[in-house]
Amino acid sequence: MAALNIKKGSSSHSAYDLRDFHSDIERSHTLAVIVENEPGVLARVIGLFSGRGYNIDSLTVAEIDHKGHRSRITIVTRGTEAVIEQIRAQLGRIVPVHEVHDLTTEARAVERELALFKVTATGEKRVESLRLADIFRASVVDSTLESFIFEITGTSEKIDAFAELMRPLGLVDVARTGVAALARGV
Amino acid sequence: MSRQMTGAEMVVQALKDQGVDTIFGYPGGAVLPIYDAIFQQNDIRHILVRHEQAAVHMAEGYARSTGKPGVVLVTSGPGATNAVTGLTDALMDSIPLVVFSGQVPTFMIGTDGFQEADTIGITRPCTKHNWLVKDPAKLSETIHQAFHVATSGRPGPVLIDLPKDVQFATGQYTGPKLARVDHYQPKVKGDLDAITKLVELIEKAERPVFYTGGGVINSGAGASQLLRELVDATGFPITSTLMGLGAYPASGKSWLGMLGMHGLYEANLAMHGCDLMINLGARFDDRITGRVADFSPHSTKAHVDIDASSINKIITVDLPIVGDIGHVLEDLLKVWKARGRKVNKDGLAKWWHKIEEWKKIRCLAYTNSDSIIKPQYALERLEALTKGRNRYITTEVGQHQMWAAQYLGFEAPNRWMTSGGLGTMGYGFPASIGVQIAHPDALVINIAGEASWLMNMQEMGTATQFRTPVKQFILNNERLGMVRQWQDLLHGGRYSQSWSESLPDFVKLAESFGWKGILCRDPKELDDAIMEMINHDGPVLFDCLVEKHENCFPMIPSGKPHNDMLLSADAEAFRGGAALV
Repeated sequence: MAALNIKKGSSSHSAYDLRDFHSDIERSHTLAVIVENEPGVLARVIGLFSGRGYNIDSLTVAEIDHKGHRSRITIVTRGTEAVIEQIRAQLGRIVPVHEVHDLTTEARAVERELALFKVTATGEKRVESLRLADIFRASVVDSTLESFIFEITGTSEKIDAFAELMRPLGLVDVARTGVAALARGV
Repeated sequence: MSRQMTGAEMVVQALKDQGVDTIFGYPGGAVLPIYDAIFQQNDIRHILVRHEQAAVHMAEGYARSTGKPGVVLVTSGPGATNAVTGLTDALMDSIPLVVFSGQVPTFMIGTDGFQEADTIGITRPCTKHNWLVKDPAKLSETIHQAFHVATSGRPGPVLIDLPKDVQFATGQYTGPKLARVDHYQPKVKGDLDAITKLVELIEKAERPVFYTGGGVINSGAGASQLLRELVDATGFPITSTLMGLGAYPASGKSWLGMLGMHGLYEANLAMHGCDLMINLGARFDDRITGRVADFSPHSTKAHVDIDASSINKIITVDLPIVGDIGHVLEDLLKVWKARGRKVNKDGLAKWWHKIEEWKKIRCLAYTNSDSIIKPQYALERLEALTKGRNRYITTEVGQHQMWAAQYLGFEAPNRWMTSGGLGTMGYGFPASIGVQIAHPDALVINIAGEASWLMNMQEMGTATQFRTPVKQFILNNERLGMVRQWQDLLHGGRYSQSWSESLPDFVKLAESFGWKGILCRDPKELDDAIMEMINHDGPVLFDCLVEKHENCFPMIPSGKPHNDMLLSADAEAFRGGAALV
């Protein structure tokens, strides 16, 4: 049967590709989903993830083209190659979904998240929090004599790292936007 | 001519413009304006059901037997929630439906008003798409889009939720030609390189098998025709899922019978032993694959499906082709013919020899009886006495459904309506009425078990009112047969709640609705009784008392591979003696 041996796997671009669908390795993927901005479209996307047992690590959504009624949903999810391929295909068949891009495999992408951190501290800890904020290029957007709110943008990893450092200095509250991502280049 | 009209009038006008001749429904407060518009016209026939679930199953029967979308109209709240089982059934089996539900007025939405339910939220996961129309200006276009979505790509049910004030409001009507449907255009042509690759595989394969599904039927009569041409020209064996029966004729020389959990021995072993599997419009359902890890271990697998999400969902395939079966088969035949119509003749001859050996097992053999009707015998006689007639078969769900798939032969597509994916008991009776409405002169038979049949028995009144001469052929074993079978095989014979207690006198029940009732318990009287059923001009309730403890074989127990089938004792004995495998 050697004559019938062909490569495993598929993609929308050609009949075959080389990805290993049998891989058990789970990886984080960032998906950009361009949807018709109509009522319930987010519920359809979320319902798909919960109904089929997929993970959502982060999700952001906002209108990006008011005239064209387009919104962009950025989803960070986790799964094996086969699961990610299935998520893409399932998203693609939702009627108001126009495009689905896997920014992790299709192209190198810029990923950014914005976060607000409230730190309550006095004395040396207060000074240290300001010093670290400076290193992370976080800016102070609110301050009282006992607290700061820092605004920071960056990759999720950078924000995680900042949170770790701030925790012992009096971090009391965090608000994160989730990931926004765009493919690099043209 | 003014195109200003009320929302309710738009609904009726849009249905006419979409070529709808029949709708199945049940009125209520939130759809009264639409019912008023229906009252004032004669183009669209309304079939009044007795329960909304049945309306959806009737529309499914109508859709599957005609290839046209089925249309349903229900009221808000309980009307909509009663439709949910039917919607889910249609979604699982890819049946095109357009369902209209009434809703409380827009200004009352969210107030827990009388008969208010979040119909859009409830039906979102059980429709292909749904719409809440709040603006009368968008109503007619939405209806045209709904028909487009229901019937394009992989078909499925859609729902439009219509608040009562939108039905009363006046607006501009948009015809189907002006409705924007451009953004939903699923790909129908398959990739030509991949199709050429499949032709190369077809030319070389030693042990090929076609594994076909409901996608062939949904693709239309042309797809079935092309499939027949391809199968007969290549001489490859073909098996089908429950959903795909009739696409290739049961009398065809390459037909192996149905595959899967209760599929035929030769079909399942061909799937297990093949070196090239060509899946056309089937989805590797768990009732088909058995244990996934051991599924057809030595084959190269090609999968043609219009839904990209079906590919690599359960079984990783080597050659995926996303496209409509009809289009792909047309291109495939062209390429294969242009390359000289080659097949591996020597390999095929050996393969068929092996298949013929498997067939000698006679996996559908059973021990007949002089004193009691065996369900298999009842279906064999029904087949013999109805073959060649203009016949449509629906079924309920359970043992009788599997026996029907095994013992009846389907020569054409759209003649076999059964609940495959969802396995909805109570489907077959209303579906048979829907089929009969679409085909008034045909012989429409619902093969049922008594337990399934009772689930929608209220529709007897509908059949009488609309003069649908449906034949209800009940294989009455006074058991929930398939549940009993699993308890027999897997739960130590502890038959927990799996018998039918307090059954009605079916003959008297039939007569009370103006039907004919027939009771048959003697195998010698069976033929005459079946002929009496066929020849009666009107609905018939046929109470066929059968052996109570018959099990359905072959059977691949859950989690077992295709080559690990349970056969009936007779077939088992034959296998032991002949040592064929």
